[in-house]
Amino acid sequence: MFDPKLHKDLFSKIKLEQKATRDGFGLGLVEAGKQDARVVALCADLSESTRTEWFQKEFPERYVELGVAEQNLAALASGMANYGKIPFIMSYAAFSPGRNNEQIRTTISLNNFPVKIVGCHAGLSVGPDGATHQALEDIGLMRMQPNMTVLVPCDSNEAYKATVAATKHNGPVYIRLAREKSPVFTTEETSFEIGKAQIFFDGHSYSGKLPEVGIIACGSLVYSAILAARELAEEGVSVSVMNLATIKPLDTQSIRKFAKDCGGIVTVEEHQVTGGLGSAIAECLASDFPRPMEFVGVHDRFGQSGTAEELYKEYGLTVSDIKIAVKKVRARK
Amino acid sequence: MSFIPPHTIKELELKANEARMLVVDMLEDAGSGHTAGPLGIADIFTALYFHSAKHDVHNPDWEERDRIILSNGHIVPIRYAVMALAGYFPIEELKTLRKFGSRLQGHPERSKIFALETTSGPLGSGLSQAAGIAYAGRMDNKKFTTFCLMSDGEMQTGNIWEAAMFAGKNRLSNLIGIIDRNNIQINGMTEDVMPIEPLKDKWESFNWHVIEVNGNNIEEVVYAIDTARAIYEKPIMIIAHTIPGKGIKEIEFDYTWHGKPPTKEEEQKFLKELRTLRGKIESTHHD
Repeated sequence: MFDPKLHKDLFSKIKLEQKATRDGFGLGLVEAGKQDARVVALCADLSESTRTEWFQKEFPERYVELGVAEQNLAALASGMANYGKIPFIMSYAAFSPGRNNEQIRTTISLNNFPVKIVGCHAGLSVGPDGATHQALEDIGLMRMQPNMTVLVPCDSNEAYKATVAATKHNGPVYIRLAREKSPVFTTEETSFEIGKAQIFFDGHSYSGKLPEVGIIACGSLVYSAILAARELAEEGVSVSVMNLATIKPLDTQSIRKFAKDCGGIVTVEEHQVTGGLGSAIAECLASDFPRPMEFVGVHDRFGQSGTAEELYKEYGLTVSDIKIAVKKVRARK
Repeated sequence: MSFIPPHTIKELELKANEARMLVVDMLEDAGSGHTAGPLGIADIFTALYFHSAKHDVHNPDWEERDRIILSNGHIVPIRYAVMALAGYFPIEELKTLRKFGSRLQGHPERSKIFALETTSGPLGSGLSQAAGIAYAGRMDNKKFTTFCLMSDGEMQTGNIWEAAMFAGKNRLSNLIGIIDRNNIQINGMTEDVMPIEPLKDKWESFNWHVIEVNGNNIEEVVYAIDTARAIYEKPIMIIAHTIPGKGIKEIEFDYTWHGKPPTKEEEQKFLKELRTLRGKIESTHHD
């Protein structure tokens, strides 16, 4: 059916708590600070909205204020990591890694320093702020850099676990977070491991039919993918859903098996389809296991002001858009 | 003003001269690279590695070592030369500069040689890294000093001033910046390309203590670093006025030598001139 370690009321959106991934990150950073005295938090004038202030309250001597200076944010963190600290750098994804890409590349990734780059308010769901603040390229930027690990947690619980795991990972990590609240559908018991994909919804056991299409998603849209899979099952279409929290390094073994089992793939992400999760999957499958694919994501457009819901509709990221993509793939098989 | 005995100054001058010869030699061999900057900053690197900085060639990761950060990575040939003279790697290895498989990359990479401390090339981010090291060291009550060498052209980047603000705000007195003020950059003279003056005023207004020296006078450089170490409450910027291409009269002050290596013929001519200079240092110095 679905991963038994997910929330027992998985399909009842009302019963699920609504929490932003940035909240899980904020708690995770405090926990990381408790576990390792080398953890320091650097923030570019956004400590409240990135939830860095929770760490700041707990460990004021390990909080570093940078002001509105994202290039310095990255390069200074490189220096602190060079000395022996484990710096987390917090800003909005549109600015970091949006503005400081070169500093991250040269001073962090090339040195393989354990700096954790936390890009908050990523994606369209930041809403009213408009296109300037809606980072839709950050996964692509970060996954192109050698040594970088890229994590996109699907809910607040996973963001917590990703933050703690990133601290223990000896290398640079990019963590992509959202401002908007979304259903908390995983639990404390749901497993999380960097580099491991998870099947959250198994079409075979849910509908008794072998899956015809597999959906691979990241971020809060994983939940939309699960809802889509359930509705499709009611309509007689068997679909499985994979949560791909680690975009890099890619769990190629699980992805190949998933594609083999499902025969066709739909990728779902709140990011440009060029360079993001969909591209990563396509690169993986094209080389030795090509299957029909559809890409749910932003297609070469900038965002705009609006509510998250309005924007998901405008840019084709709703449950119904996912269902249409699944049917397209099914028809192409 | 001499804090060091004349024979030491003479030794340092000879070392710098030797390093210049190695630079000319290695650049001709490499067939590409930068000539003017490395020759101009030779005296400062020599002063750091052979006198002013705390470091241990046998323990490059010694926790208490002073950190020498090179922000303008393109002048790294002089650092390679001085480090080789100091024993960090064999002199013969300098011949591998910029070649496939070499540890001596065209721009410095820490992953190839740990003692380089950082990776640099894209301009403007060295001071941020140096400030990060200095800040982290101070968190742990470490006593080492972090030096950051920069070019004057770098003053045109925004990142430098973000770091300047940070270090000024946090009174990082364990951070000593050194600007190689040689007035040239690829497209011409700095004041024509994009003026950076009044440089001293700029740094002072960012809450730094500024010292100006003749960067080709080793005695002045050593004295400035001693002075800088004695200053508390503020980060220190040493503006070192240098002559690009220093040591070889026909290329001194010529910005067209910023980014090219000597030919085989030029190499022979330049080395001859540097040998003559060595003779002068040996014979005329006050000891």
